[in-house]
Amino acid sequence: MSTLPKIEAKNLDFFYGPKQALKNLNIACHEKKVTAIIGPSGCGKSTFIRTLNRMNDVVPGARVTGDILVDGTTILGPRIDVVELRKRIGMVFQKPNPFPKSIFDNVAYGLRINGMAGSREHLEEVVEKSLREAALWDEVKDRLKDNAFALSGGQQQRLCIARALAVKPEVILFDEPCSAIDPIATAKIEDLIERLKKNYTVVIVTHNMQQAARVSDYTAFLMLGELIEFDETKTIFTAPNNKMTEDYITGRFG
Amino acid sequence: MTIRLQAKKAVAQAVGFFGLRVALGLVLLILIFILADIGSKGAGTISWEFLTQAPRRGMTEGGIFPAIYGTLIVTLITAVLAVPLGMGAAIYLNEYARKNRLTRLIRLSIRNLSGVPSIVYGLFGVILFVNIFKFGTSILSAGLTLGLLTLPWTITASEEALKTVPNSYREGALALGASKWQSIRTNVLPYALPGMLTGTVLGLARAAGETAPIMFTGAAFALPILPQSIKDQFMALPYHLYIMATQHHDIAKVRPLAYGTALVLIALVLGLNLGAVVLRYRLRRRTKRY
Repeated sequence: MSTLPKIEAKNLDFFYGPKQALKNLNIACHEKKVTAIIGPSGCGKSTFIRTLNRMNDVVPGARVTGDILVDGTTILGPRIDVVELRKRIGMVFQKPNPFPKSIFDNVAYGLRINGMAGSREHLEEVVEKSLREAALWDEVKDRLKDNAFALSGGQQQRLCIARALAVKPEVILFDEPCSAIDPIATAKIEDLIERLKKNYTVVIVTHNMQQAARVSDYTAFLMLGELIEFDETKTIFTAPNNKMTEDYITGRFG
Repeated sequence: MTIRLQAKKAVAQAVGFFGLRVALGLVLLILIFILADIGSKGAGTISWEFLTQAPRRGMTEGGIFPAIYGTLIVTLITAVLAVPLGMGAAIYLNEYARKNRLTRLIRLSIRNLSGVPSIVYGLFGVILFVNIFKFGTSILSAGLTLGLLTLPWTITASEEALKTVPNSYREGALALGASKWQSIRTNVLPYALPGMLTGTVLGLARAAGETAPIMFTGAAFALPILPQSIKDQFMALPYHLYIMATQHHDIAKVRPLAYGTALVLIALVLGLNLGAVVLRYRLRRRTKRY
């Protein structure tokens, strides 16, 4: 772990009003690796991942202390351009949330609002490339003008991944990306994550432990806002240090 | 056992449904009665002359064109005030304002304003627009007064429309690097607009039929000529109807004219409402396609 982590949370505390949701977290996400965040419902997984691209800024009463570094530079505080940050750190949500536009326009959305669309040819090129990267191109190439709502749940989620990829992020955050889709679609998304880590740093929140074991290189186990254990995934799943981790991954609670 | 229980439920359901049907039937009956009454008594009056001529001989003959014209112009001024201000306020309240006691109070006040009797708006308009701003009794004063009356409706309807846009559209846009305004403009407003416009047009239709707010602020008993500027007085359908029905020196004689005026006013309001429905339908279809 000698290289600088892509993302590093240092002594991170998070509050919703008076309620503390994250307690003194220290987690490092390494470049071009997959880091999984696991833990029982309400443990702060989603809160954590949403602080990484400052999506919690929109929650009233939210407050953060400690620090989050991306490439060694802080991303907290009022002087950070959150719009720029969110372009660098993309996000895929729990429920597929395509916009009520055509498939093409969904992928083009981020390019257009960020002034990255360029010529029509360039736009089409990026849309195709993003859809290919998200393993959706072959299924939709003949109906790019169709409404995105016509796609199945799993396809919609891959569309959301393509949409995130189009703006050329460095990191992609997945917030329980498979909890609303069926097992076959889930397998496709897991394959995709496996391939995405060649080019991107991936952080994934999941409450499916098998999924964490399959796709991730590092795993952080959270409970009630505290980091119980953080290590390489194979260590966490074969020889955890902490009794609670072991109880959780063997299904004794959670 | 279970069969008897279900039979009991079925009876309760039948009684309930019957009650609801009666309620609906009564409402429809009243509506149809009003429309049929005004339609049958007013239809005979409607003619090209009635719609295009000014009243003559102490309003016992001639048409109501100045009143139609006045109502259209004053509604336009109402729209110029109420539409941008109402939509803007709704966007601010729903998208930007913090959810705290102050915004709850503001929202409650807006709801309450929509319940204030229209005569109160009329008197308020006299003080503010006619006297303080010195707009005189004019189309401008009347239009602005009606604008104030419409605002609470426009704001509330627009806010409801904004609330129907799922939060995931906003978050999805933000996560792709959209600024807050970009996410609202490109990913919220297009989907809220049909509802916002419908609510707004309904509010305008209501304003077009109001008498009390324009009585003291700009509507004239009778005018020989059309208003030349927005600082002039004007004739309006609802006020004209009020005069023909209650204030005229020969009420019995002008009764058919009053019915004709009522029919035109109803047609105008109905037309506005229909326009709102068509507008919503077309916008929905457009946004649904993409």
